[in-house]
Amino acid sequence: MASSSVVKEAKVLMVGAGGIGCELLKTLALSGFPDIHIIDMDTIEVSNLNRQFLFRQYHVGQSKAKVARDAVLKFRPHINITPYHANVKDPEFNVDFFKQFNVVLNGLDNLDARRHVNRLCLAANVPLVESGTTGFLGQVTVHVKGRTECYECHPKPAPKTYPVCTITSTPSKFVHCIVWAKDLLFAKLFGDKNQDNDLNVRSSDAAASSENVEDVFERRKDEDIDQYRRKIFDHVFGYNIELALSNEETWKNRNRPKPIYSKDVLSDELTQQNGNLEKNYASDDELSVSAMVSLGMKNPQDIWSLRENSKIFIEALKLFFMKREKEIGHLSFDKDDQLAVEFVTAAANIRAASFGIPLHSLFEAKGIAGNIVHAVATTNAVIAGLIVIEAIKVLQNDMENYRMTYCLEHPSRKMLLMPVDPFEPNKSCYVCSETPLSLEINTNRSKLKDFVEKIVKAKLGMTLPLIMCASNLLYEAGDVEKDFIKIYEANLEKVLSELPTPVTGGTMLTVEDMLQEFVCNINIKHREEFDEEKEPDGMVLSGWTQPVSAVDNKDKSIGNGASTSNALVTAAESEKDDEIAIVSAVKKRKLLDDSDSSNAADEVKHHKQLQVIDDEDDLVLLDGEVDSFKKRRLS
Amino acid sequence: MDGDGEELTAQETALYDRQIRVWGADAQRRLSKAHVLVYGMKGTVAEFCKNIVLAGVGSLTLVDDRVATEEAFAANFLIPPDENVYSGKTLAELCCNSLKDFNPMVRVSVERGDLSIFDLEFFSKFDVVVVSCCSLSAKKLANDKCRKLSKRIAFYAVDCRDSCGEIFVDLQDYKYSKKKRDETIECDLKYPSLEDALSVPWSELPRRMSKLYFAMRVIEKFEEAEGRSAGEVSIADLSGVLKLKKELCTAQALNESRVPDALLERLVTNATEFPPVCAVIGGILGQEVIKSISAKGDPVKNFFFFDAFDGKGIIEDISSK
Repeated sequence: MASSSVVKEAKVLMVGAGGIGCELLKTLALSGFPDIHIIDMDTIEVSNLNRQFLFRQYHVGQSKAKVARDAVLKFRPHINITPYHANVKDPEFNVDFFKQFNVVLNGLDNLDARRHVNRLCLAANVPLVESGTTGFLGQVTVHVKGRTECYECHPKPAPKTYPVCTITSTPSKFVHCIVWAKDLLFAKLFGDKNQDNDLNVRSSDAAASSENVEDVFERRKDEDIDQYRRKIFDHVFGYNIELALSNEETWKNRNRPKPIYSKDVLSDELTQQNGNLEKNYASDDELSVSAMVSLGMKNPQDIWSLRENSKIFIEALKLFFMKREKEIGHLSFDKDDQLAVEFVTAAANIRAASFGIPLHSLFEAKGIAGNIVHAVATTNAVIAGLIVIEAIKVLQNDMENYRMTYCLEHPSRKMLLMPVDPFEPNKSCYVCSETPLSLEINTNRSKLKDFVEKIVKAKLGMTLPLIMCASNLLYEAGDVEKDFIKIYEANLEKVLSELPTPVTGGTMLTVEDMLQEFVCNINIKHREEFDEEKEPDGMVLSGWTQPVSAVDNKDKSIGNGASTSNALVTAAESEKDDEIAIVSAVKKRKLLDDSDSSNAADEVKHHKQLQVIDDEDDLVLLDGEVDSFKKRRLS
Repeated sequence: MDGDGEELTAQETALYDRQIRVWGADAQRRLSKAHVLVYGMKGTVAEFCKNIVLAGVGSLTLVDDRVATEEAFAANFLIPPDENVYSGKTLAELCCNSLKDFNPMVRVSVERGDLSIFDLEFFSKFDVVVVSCCSLSAKKLANDKCRKLSKRIAFYAVDCRDSCGEIFVDLQDYKYSKKKRDETIECDLKYPSLEDALSVPWSELPRRMSKLYFAMRVIEKFEEAEGRSAGEVSIADLSGVLKLKKELCTAQALNESRVPDALLERLVTNATEFPPVCAVIGGILGQEVIKSISAKGDPVKNFFFFDAFDGKGIIEDISSK
């Protein structure tokens, strides 16, 4: 390929030095890119080593960006690689920083950072090549301001959330038990005591005074640990289930759960003989304390019996109090924390047993609880190669030939790598087309604070927002003079209609993020009532279609934590019937990760409506539905 | 290569966690018992080796007696560009040193010798054989030896030129399982040898056959006729290559437009590898080898083509009816 001249003068920014990043840095260096900057805030972990080939065991704990640089300089010593062990959202990476590059290449693992980089690229007018992989699936897309769609032209799938009552009272799938064990029980016992927690929703409904309930979880000063752990066990798996059962209405059309008490599953001698604590005390590393080790259980792929799960639960609880007491009160679940994974697996399984849901191994439970996305080296290598091919076209300004490419698990029309014409910018995109949004809100009841949290941060993804009404500043985040801080704080607590510049129906608000240099106008429409179930935010943003499951109101639903995968996928769950959209998540361009199906016909069906570049330059549909389809070539 | 037997160690489970979530513990056990031979250490093969060493095969044996030259570095990140390090060493030795470092649980070693000279006993030590950088006759010979053995050896030939790459696969009589919904289906595929695949008359091939297939055959024939080693062509050979194309198309009753001159020109002008294409082909090849070892998932039957120009990665089935 006649690429050498543009490559030799190019200065590129890579965001992410993980699975895709390692492969990408290697391929860029081999392809002759002389000046590469790389940002990654992460440090190296053992589970990275199976695919992030620039890292070794002895690098664990070090900066990915820096180690990746050193590793590549060993085979390409004469190029410049500038590493940043930092968050791409840090203010130092502003629009001016982005402007120095000819192209930006993303190998990121989360939606938030992707949106942020998208905005900076738009503001700096630098082309972006975006990518993602999960298992054998992957994709590469090109985003050039004004020529192709931006990363946010279509909404992305939001992490899946569940109604609170499903989690607290009526679980029907294993993932519900995991969410309960992780976000409610684990958080209640070991997390921040001041945080709201719905663990006892049922019991407080059913008469028990909430103060009494709090006492159950608090370990009294001289309370014997054996007594305490049995009390917790009996409370959450026995008493709480009994309480739930007392509400007959709930069980009319459901299987009744079975309360489980420690005396039924744990024999008395257990308390004395269990736990080889010495083994655990021998280790200084807190993350290596393990109930499995204490109990001599080795294989994380085994599915434990109810009795084994109960033993693990009781043992893990003890280990937290004996070995990690200092951390109690400020722990949050971490998939790399062995004891936490053991505790959550056991608790989820005991609950599953109660509700007649099949039990799972620790390995599987860890995957669900940690939102672990499947990753292999080969897909990342292929995707990195495709990123460099697109990057070279971008540098050559070869617009006619820009492609989005999908890497498939099962061939579609004989193709494993399927190039597709990029889409035009969405004319109503609030990010790249600056189309105003509209917001229905009760201006007499909603505070400015609600607007900032639920809309500006949660929906618009802004980090350092500034809010203006007409030419008056209502709020500004970040470094602000003292006098203003007071005014802004006061404003946050005011309802919209009572702000110094009243915001009522018909008002237009301007919201700006200084770092992203991104401005967005919002037309306010006053509305009196909202449906608590369907519109839990008490406000509705429109003008841009919101992801279907993006209900992120804490009071109404519980998510399964943020994805830390290295994929575009945000709805990363291990349930067979779950959809994973690896494409830009426009509904009509969704690929299904039907991991249990290798039927090519199925796959074809799933990504019908993709535009395929064919030999004869004609368009072929993978499946019917010509109407919903329009050729949109770049001009 | 049966998947039963001892469990994975805690170390293996921790290291391979993310990929076990893709292909399962059973496949990981099969991988750790598989022995792979590669011949010809070019950039694409270096990519492939990296991928299967990371995946955790049992052993990898490298053969390439050529002494390292500056040209060999072009697309191969396994060779340190320091003359003090590489001087006097063969390509296989240099690559071996780098690969060992990637995964201490994989045995990486070097054998010396010529592909055409290795005997049946030598091949019988392996479960997978990957060949590159050698003549068509050497490839065919190695493929035939693999087929003569009573154990089934998966055979792959790989080649990259300019922005194009080609993989040939021969899994002989191959049985594997795949999941469809909640059922596991047993499948059976019969592969032709390289010799048989290449003897399928061009006129019998589907109209939409990848142009790259024909172009690669023309170049291959040209190198063979001129007594060149693999990849030893330049722009000066273009007229000769175009002439040969005409002859072959006439003999095979194929419309000449199905083998574009522009494509042949690209292939002879730049016979060296293009690193992004090495990554793509080395990645697909790694994936195919993992599939065949684990006997899981639909494998490529029996050619794969990639051209960075149009971006398509295409599977073609070329076997006599």
